[in-house]
Amino acid sequence: MKIMVAIKRVVDYAVKIRVKSDRTGVETNNVKMSMNPFCEIALEEALRIKESGLASEVVAVSMGPAQCVDTLRTGLAMGADRGVHVEAAGQLYPLTVAKILKSLVEVEKPGLIILGKQAIDDDCNQTGQMVAGLLSWPQGTFASKVVLDKEKQLAMVEREVDGGLETLELDLPAVITTDLRLNQPRYATLPNIMKAKSKPIKKYTPQELNVDVKSDLEVIQVTEPPKRKAGVILSSVEELIDKLKNEARVI
Amino acid sequence: MIKLMDKWRITNHLLKHSSKLLFDRRLSANSHNSVFRSALECSESLVKRGFGNASTIRYRCFGSEATKFERNAAFSTLNSEDVSYFKELLGEKSVIQDEDVLLAANEDWMRKYRGSSKLLLQPRTTNEVSQILKYCNSRLLAVVPQGGNTGLVGGSVPVFDEVIINMGSMNNLITFDKGSGVLVCEAGCILENLVSFVDDHGFIMPLDLGAKGSCQIGGNVSTNAGGLRLVRYGSLHGNILGLEAVLANGDVIDMLGTLRKDNTGYDLKHLFIGSEGSLGIVTKVSIHTPPKLSSVNLAFLACKDYFSCQKLLREAKRKLGEILSAFEFLDNQSMDLVLTYLEGVRNPFSSSMHNFYVLIETTGSEESYDREKLEAFLLSSMEGGLISDGVIAQDINQASSFWRIREGIAEALMKAGAVYKYDLSLPVEKMYDLVEKMRQRLGETAKVIGYGHLGDGNLHLNISAPRYDDMVISVA
Repeated sequence: MKIMVAIKRVVDYAVKIRVKSDRTGVETNNVKMSMNPFCEIALEEALRIKESGLASEVVAVSMGPAQCVDTLRTGLAMGADRGVHVEAAGQLYPLTVAKILKSLVEVEKPGLIILGKQAIDDDCNQTGQMVAGLLSWPQGTFASKVVLDKEKQLAMVEREVDGGLETLELDLPAVITTDLRLNQPRYATLPNIMKAKSKPIKKYTPQELNVDVKSDLEVIQVTEPPKRKAGVILSSVEELIDKLKNEARVI
Repeated sequence: MIKLMDKWRITNHLLKHSSKLLFDRRLSANSHNSVFRSALECSESLVKRGFGNASTIRYRCFGSEATKFERNAAFSTLNSEDVSYFKELLGEKSVIQDEDVLLAANEDWMRKYRGSSKLLLQPRTTNEVSQILKYCNSRLLAVVPQGGNTGLVGGSVPVFDEVIINMGSMNNLITFDKGSGVLVCEAGCILENLVSFVDDHGFIMPLDLGAKGSCQIGGNVSTNAGGLRLVRYGSLHGNILGLEAVLANGDVIDMLGTLRKDNTGYDLKHLFIGSEGSLGIVTKVSIHTPPKLSSVNLAFLACKDYFSCQKLLREAKRKLGEILSAFEFLDNQSMDLVLTYLEGVRNPFSSSMHNFYVLIETTGSEESYDREKLEAFLLSSMEGGLISDGVIAQDINQASSFWRIREGIAEALMKAGAVYKYDLSLPVEKMYDLVEKMRQRLGETAKVIGYGHLGDGNLHLNISAPRYDDMVISVA
């Protein structure tokens, strides 16, 4: 069985985000970009499934500008067998991504798609669900545990929900999106980094896959949230009362 | 700007007046068994020679407890008038006699040394520092300057009942020149806060150490702190452009230049850098900050022996050249300690059969170029047998977790029990011989670990024992 993992190149989780002065978006020039942490977890899960003998191949897919290849190479260095890069300029929204993934599924025919539950740049949490909808496949989102049963072609997915843990049984092929506690991704070791250099990355364009990237969404403005005013340490109750009366005017 | 004659006058004044006060009075008559902090001893013999006195022979003994020496009776004891004076001078809030606060301030980070000070002062301006010292000088009250109290050798806490002058309230950022990257700030600024501040403007601090969350820049300067980036940015002697300090008698020396090059007069600030408070209290600092470069890569490598680590360093300096920004090493025993005592830390390698680990960091302006350079270097080192395994951090989180291993060793040692710390600068080839020799000598009684800034020839030799025991010292 083949597993397809979608990975996204995003601003590194630890970077302090700055909004561009023209308010069209977030500053990405000269800023460290890395693989979305949830995608890392998705890839790690796929690799573990393959290592346990339940899958034959892990294909990493990424969409966006040419630099996505760097993120794919990281995925290959972690252990993915092949990469697929769909080159597209401009912002790709979840529905477009889902449509592209659907076309790729028709080409690659995987038995399982694993994605991160959301990307840390847009926090959409939509792509996995939309892919499942477009393909009419069952979905297990926010997975914190995945167990595959090859003979019965089932996936047992434990989901983290507000009320606790929910266990689902999905018929394969299925879509799984990963949550934080699913696993701890491995580091890319030097020998694997070297091997990754020779692993193939196939290139597509959205046109080749018959997907129209024009979006129905348009970002009008991006602004920072209003700055919180600093707290003030007061020295006495009298001062507190005075401030509440005269400055905050609540008493 | 200090003119030549002024600088000369001040130097003279310094050597004649304050040093005599500080040094002679701290010595008691029969002090040939005494333990001295190194700055004191060196400067003391210098002063004595300078004044034509016969230099006496002193020998040092290293111990876990300071060898008992007497409080010099020439120093006065604090009385209530003194406290009232300070309260009037600084205001009630800056004069602290609270027992809990004093308990913490009297003890160092290692919990090894404890003083018995009854008073902590928190001046907010240079003028207040000057007034405090003037008064203490006239009353012959001993003082100890204190910054973040993160020092590991007991230099930041009182020995007896010295008044603690804590610089933590002097934490203003005075100016920052975005063109030249020159930062002027007060001595009580916490290093991590300075790092965040200059980061917003696209610069970094030239020094980085594990204690950055609590240590203050004045303390860093006074101890000439090295840190993880010395191999790239050099020591504070090169990065500090100016200082303002207050001498023991309350005189303020303004050496706070902000020029990158200034050859007028004597460059007195260098005396203060590393003087550990023995010449005066640093109140303001002017420091040159390098621009922040966007591409940082970190590799965690495993080597089979110390000789490979050394060779790797030589190769790294040549092949990585200008992008090398840190080169640290730790031995297997250090890794074990960290994995045992710290939470949330994992070994980047699946097997634990490696003898040495090396952390190499590169900082440059072009991500793909630096990455290629690093990967090519690591590949050739691996093929040459210098490294047996390695991982490269793929994002900042992974990089932080690698650094946590190296920076967390001190913390892990604390949790393991008693620690005898030695911060040594040695020729690189000889560095690990010392660790192995100590290991032989101590056998089962204690664990000896070695780690440190291999790039600068600086070894942190640490002996970890279940508890402090003079027997360990006698063997060592």
